[in-house]
Amino acid sequence: MNFLPVPPEYIPVLIVAIPLFGAFLTPIISRINGKVRNIFAISILGITGFLVFWLSTEIFTNNMIYTYVFGGDSNVIGSGNSAYAIRILFEVDSFGIFMAIIAIIVAFIGTLYSYSYMKKETGLDKYYTLILLMTAGMMGMLLTGDLFNFFVFLEITGISSAALVAFWIDKKYAVEAGFKYIIISAIGALFVLLAIALLYGQYNALNMSVLANTITNFNLIDQIILILLFSALAMKAGIVPMHMWLPDAYGRAPASISIMLVGATLSSLYAVFRVIFTLYGKVFLSVSIQTLEFVTTANILGGFIVLLAVLTMLVGVIMALKQNNLKRLIAFAALAEIGYMILGLGIRLAAKSVIYDTEGTAISILNPAYTQAALTGSIFHILNDALDVGLLFLVAGAIYYATKETSLDRMGGLARNMKYTTIFFLIGLFAMSGMPPLNGFASKIIIYESAYQLSPLVSIIAILSSIMLLACFVKVFHSAFLGPKQPHLKNVKEVPKTMLVAMGLIAILIIIIGLFPNLVIENAVKPTVDAILNNTAYISAIIGGA
Amino acid sequence: MKNSEGMSKIVKTAASTIFVFTLIYGLYVIAHGHLTPGGGFQGGAVVASGLVMLIVVFGSSWTMKKIKEENLSILESFGAIGFIGLGFLGLLFTGIFFKNFIVGHNMFFGMIPDFGSTIANINTGGVLPLMNFAVGLKVIAGLFAIVLVMAHATSSYSKEAGKK
Amino acid sequence: MISFGIPYLAVVGLILIGLFALVFKKNLIKMVIGITIIESGVNLFLITLGYREGSIAPIYTSSPGGIMSLPVPQALTLTSIVIGVAVLALMLSLVIHIYRHYGTLNVNKIAEGEK
Repeated sequence: MNFLPVPPEYIPVLIVAIPLFGAFLTPIISRINGKVRNIFAISILGITGFLVFWLSTEIFTNNMIYTYVFGGDSNVIGSGNSAYAIRILFEVDSFGIFMAIIAIIVAFIGTLYSYSYMKKETGLDKYYTLILLMTAGMMGMLLTGDLFNFFVFLEITGISSAALVAFWIDKKYAVEAGFKYIIISAIGALFVLLAIALLYGQYNALNMSVLANTITNFNLIDQIILILLFSALAMKAGIVPMHMWLPDAYGRAPASISIMLVGATLSSLYAVFRVIFTLYGKVFLSVSIQTLEFVTTANILGGFIVLLAVLTMLVGVIMALKQNNLKRLIAFAALAEIGYMILGLGIRLAAKSVIYDTEGTAISILNPAYTQAALTGSIFHILNDALDVGLLFLVAGAIYYATKETSLDRMGGLARNMKYTTIFFLIGLFAMSGMPPLNGFASKIIIYESAYQLSPLVSIIAILSSIMLLACFVKVFHSAFLGPKQPHLKNVKEVPKTMLVAMGLIAILIIIIGLFPNLVIENAVKPTVDAILNNTAYISAIIGGA
Repeated sequence: MKNSEGMSKIVKTAASTIFVFTLIYGLYVIAHGHLTPGGGFQGGAVVASGLVMLIVVFGSSWTMKKIKEENLSILESFGAIGFIGLGFLGLLFTGIFFKNFIVGHNMFFGMIPDFGSTIANINTGGVLPLMNFAVGLKVIAGLFAIVLVMAHATSSYSKEAGKK
Repeated sequence: MISFGIPYLAVVGLILIGLFALVFKKNLIKMVIGITIIESGVNLFLITLGYREGSIAPIYTSSPGGIMSLPVPQALTLTSIVIGVAVLALMLSLVIHIYRHYGTLNVNKIAEGEK
């Protein structure tokens, strides 16, 4: 692939630097015209998306890890046994680039949608600046290999997304939701900084590969650091019992911002996977006999995570059944879907077991084969859920744009005037509740099967929540689209073409992934799961032979 | 300026004199960031404190009439573009993002000092003093804009509450 | 022996005071001040990690010689202070807007006013 003017070693830097440069140029370009600014923002995101897709084909086919050093010539100083890795590095493996694909799709569709959704608002140059800044923050969080760099990008994403949630400052609900979100985000980031400071004081290193090489035994300081990191990152990912900000922030933001908040939440979920499987990889992933006492630790942590996943699913679905506000209902459904993503992580940790021979001495540590399938299902579900929830939020935004209503009691009979929106809502409904032949079915059946082999009760709860989500959305479809027309909604028209194009792109992606799930699993999800479970390749890309 | 808004004439005269010294001190801290403690953010915060003193003394409506908020936004963008542009220049000249491409050559900031404890030479540091200037400009414009907008917002509805 | 550990005790004290102010106070501005106190505690912890006994500042310009304390935590703390300023500016702007809509800064009255 030599038609690009840029060699592939520079692409990890350009993915973060181009949105950042665009964000700083936007206030100057917006002095010219409004239309030029919109097209500039969309084209910057288009260039970044093209670079992400190109890099992802390189990484998925060759299965190699790309590193990039800032401001220096080589990764390490010194060589051989005394090599120090002290510069800021970007380290891109399959998991990072997989999440970057999801984030850039979500950001591009959100910006395309807001071309006509936000046309009548004022202060739009700050809106587009904040969107480009948030994209740069998300990309930096997903591609970096240095812990303090991760903290800086985490704060950038948090601040810009909180300012965007409170964008409609003349509505009092939106400002209050933005305030709640910034307080929770600031406290979470401060506790992440405390954990990073403890790690630096204990091991004198901030690079993720060096730390992964050094954390071998799991003493008291390591346990405290793991608890702090897991709680703070789970708070930003919206896992029960730290989920209070999620319905407010998702439900009261503009619809194009809700879909980008999905990307920010999934980036924090990526960080949870990184901490448990790469930083503490030698504790939780090793299968050598010397690490026998960590098996019970892994089982306890895995069981706790499975419990949290089940609680998230139940709380999300039960609270979604009684909502009247359309966007808040979709936010609770998104909360329930996060439970499915955590379930695979918990099953992988909880199913580790020791094989004893006939005299009672241990011979080997075993990870059963269904745990690999559980992790595959969860990673595939991250991609599917981002698309499904995104489509539903865009449909809710389209309804609000056409009718200025948010409450389900005052809607009715919209299917006659808004034909395309109805079709998109049907596609989102069936995909979200796991019906074949759309993409929700493919990932959920893998999760059901592997959860059944851990414990049948968990699988039954997962299936029940899917069925309750279906019931919930059928109620929404009936009350909003079918039924007699309300008198004040006689003249609603279809939404503008740009919004229809944005929704149509996601619907086409959902249908394609649903019809050919094997293509996606073989080419994208399998290298990702291999990269997550392969701790040594991540370490040896920097230090070289640990 | 009307004498009815802001503080009394003695305070206004004293503040105008002190502001010049604050400005010089802040710019000194920005410019010597690669030799002594300081740099872009610290010096920018000092200058912004001097500007905030002007808001307190002269009143926020008078200051808002003199300086529009869009001009501050443009200044801030120039600072940010300068910073990222220096990073991209490093990518252009040597192929490594944010590399120090000035040090070692015969250019304006390009000397290399001796090893160990020496006397300070401002002609060293490479691309660092230029980045300090860019960040200092951005911080001055940004912090001043934040405090100016907040002061104007809170004064406008205390006037409404006073009229009721 | 106690004199070596006083900064760490101060860190724990600051974080606990900040958490108390955040959880138990009803005024919005006091909650924002609580977050600032927690952030001061974490910054103090970062700097204290780099201190060596009897060391001087890590600057080469006309230094008298001797052990220098570590400069890397000082750079990390500076980044954290800048991020704290940005978060504080955003939180206070949102408090101004909330006051303009609701007319009060008491959390209970805002929750009532929403219904």
